Amino acid sequence: MKNEQWAIEARGLVKVFGDKRAVDGVDLQVRAGTVYGVLGPNGAGKTTTIRMLATLLRPDAGTARIFGHDVAREAHVVRQLIGVTGQYASVDEALSAVENLVIFARLLGLGRDEARRKAEELLEAFGLTEAARRPLKHFSGGMRRRLDLAASLIAQPPLIFLDEPTTGLDPRTRAQMWETIRQLVRGGSTVLLTTQYLDEADQLADRIAVIDSGRVVAEGTVDELKASVGASSLQLRLRQPEQADRARELLRTVLRTEAAYAAEAGRFTAPMADADQLGELLTAMRSAGVGLAEVSVQKPSLDAVFLATTGRGVEEPAHAGEEAARNRPAKEASV
Amino acid sequence: MSEQAMHAASRVSRRLSRRASLGQSLRHSLTMAYRGLLKIRRTPEQLIDVTVQPILFTLMFTYIFGGAISGSVLDYLPVIIPGILVQTVITTSVVTGVQLREDMDKGVFDRFKSLPIARISPLAGALLADVIRYAIATTLTFAMGYVLGFRPDGGFGSVVAAGLLVIACAWAISWIFAFFGVIARTASSVQGISMLILFPLTFVSNAFVPVDTMPGWLRWFADLNPVSHLVSAVRELVNGGTAGTDLAVSLIGAAVIVAVFAPLTVRAYMRKA
Repeated sequence: MKNEQWAIEARGLVKVFGDKRAVDGVDLQVRAGTVYGVLGPNGAGKTTTIRMLATLLRPDAGTARIFGHDVAREAHVVRQLIGVTGQYASVDEALSAVENLVIFARLLGLGRDEARRKAEELLEAFGLTEAARRPLKHFSGGMRRRLDLAASLIAQPPLIFLDEPTTGLDPRTRAQMWETIRQLVRGGSTVLLTTQYLDEADQLADRIAVIDSGRVVAEGTVDELKASVGASSLQLRLRQPEQADRARELLRTVLRTEAAYAAEAGRFTAPMADADQLGELLTAMRSAGVGLAEVSVQKPSLDAVFLATTGRGVEEPAHAGEEAARNRPAKEASV
Repeated sequence: MSEQAMHAASRVSRRLSRRASLGQSLRHSLTMAYRGLLKIRRTPEQLIDVTVQPILFTLMFTYIFGGAISGSVLDYLPVIIPGILVQTVITTSVVTGVQLREDMDKGVFDRFKSLPIARISPLAGALLADVIRYAIATTLTFAMGYVLGFRPDGGFGSVVAAGLLVIACAWAISWIFAFFGVIARTASSVQGISMLILFPLTFVSNAFVPVDTMPGWLRWFADLNPVSHLVSAVRELVNGGTAGTDLAVSLIGAAVIVAVFAPLTVRAYMRKA
């Protein structure tokens, strides 16, 4: 089969709702066997893009191919290659977990016994065996999500769409979900996930597309994106804030750039082209008698990427939890 | 999750088909019907209309109109039981559209749309599961008639045949309401539109009264009304054990409704996707 290396090739996808261009010319190329993150704030067009790729919505313009099959003309073929886990669990509330999975399995062509076996197997794998026969009304958000993902895996599709798989989950459940996603990829599946969480994209995705107002505003590996907003960032905290002026002078001479100073924290932040400059700077500080409480060099965060590409930061949802709210730096060198 | 299972997963070689075959479509629809039955079992209160209505309406209409129209309750039974049967079961089929609307608003339909299944199956399945509702209403209406003293001359076999005919026609008619269910924005508007159609259709017919006393124009409509043909077919079956042109007209009408509304409904359903 040609194009086998591309799980997704989308060109110029457009979807218009009323007078709003929800998706306005999105291009995506996702290599098979990788995790691709689509990162963007609420309403950026992430879900609409996924729905078009998953044959749930017809694009108004543009084309998309899944493993070489056109989503509009070969929808039935595409549906045999994908699993979709939506933002809102698409399972049957009135039925139990087992009944849900058995019905989906039967629809996918499994025999009666085979379907039951598959359901038990998936429930076990997702830690839902105990709740298997209870109606979903009593399920927690995390359990529903797990069941939803289990349902997407029945046919073992080579491409899995996860629309905000961890939105609204507590940190522990989030970590479990991440582990499950990593396992999927180790098993050879391709995953396209959307997220509003910078660290989720950072943790899971091989490549990322930053999407804003229906357009891809940046694309690349996590490292490439971070590099695009500059090299490393240096943070200095002074032991004595009154030495701030002298420290600023030194930073200017050594790094040849202007440093930002947060007075209340007594902290300087400065872009640094080359980590080698750090030694020179520290020597200069010592000879000048400027005492340092803390020094660190960080890679720029995805937050910075977002700021640079969209002109504004990402608002984290209120219930994101501590884990998500903290945008961990990828690399940190403390002295 | 077992890693081996996942590894095996991705290497499964797939035979990709271009479209669901007829056999598959049928299987998918039956699985969807099974889902509908499970739902009914989980929420038996859904069956209130098909249990209470046949009992209540049969009692009411028989005693209210019996003496006035046929001289006595007993003489009215062969007229009213087929009439009330058709009216009750067709009214029940409106619920199909309402429930379909409610069901489609739920997330699970998103999954159905993303599965490689026949597009018609979520609809056909839902409609098929409702056959159980029609069967309940049919059985209760005949049982109620028996309690009131109705002894059909056609015998038990023809009663069963008449029941099946009504169920089949109600299933066909439910495609109309399913269509409203798919295109309407809310469940209550489905109910509204459907009742607007249903009332003239069931009352301007021979279901409850002989049409001879109606003014000419109304009688013209009542004679044309497919509900009248269905009622006549049921009367012929249960009272005489015979099948005539009315039966043929009813079945052809049902087939035409399905032929027109099933594709319309599926198309609207797909477009709504």
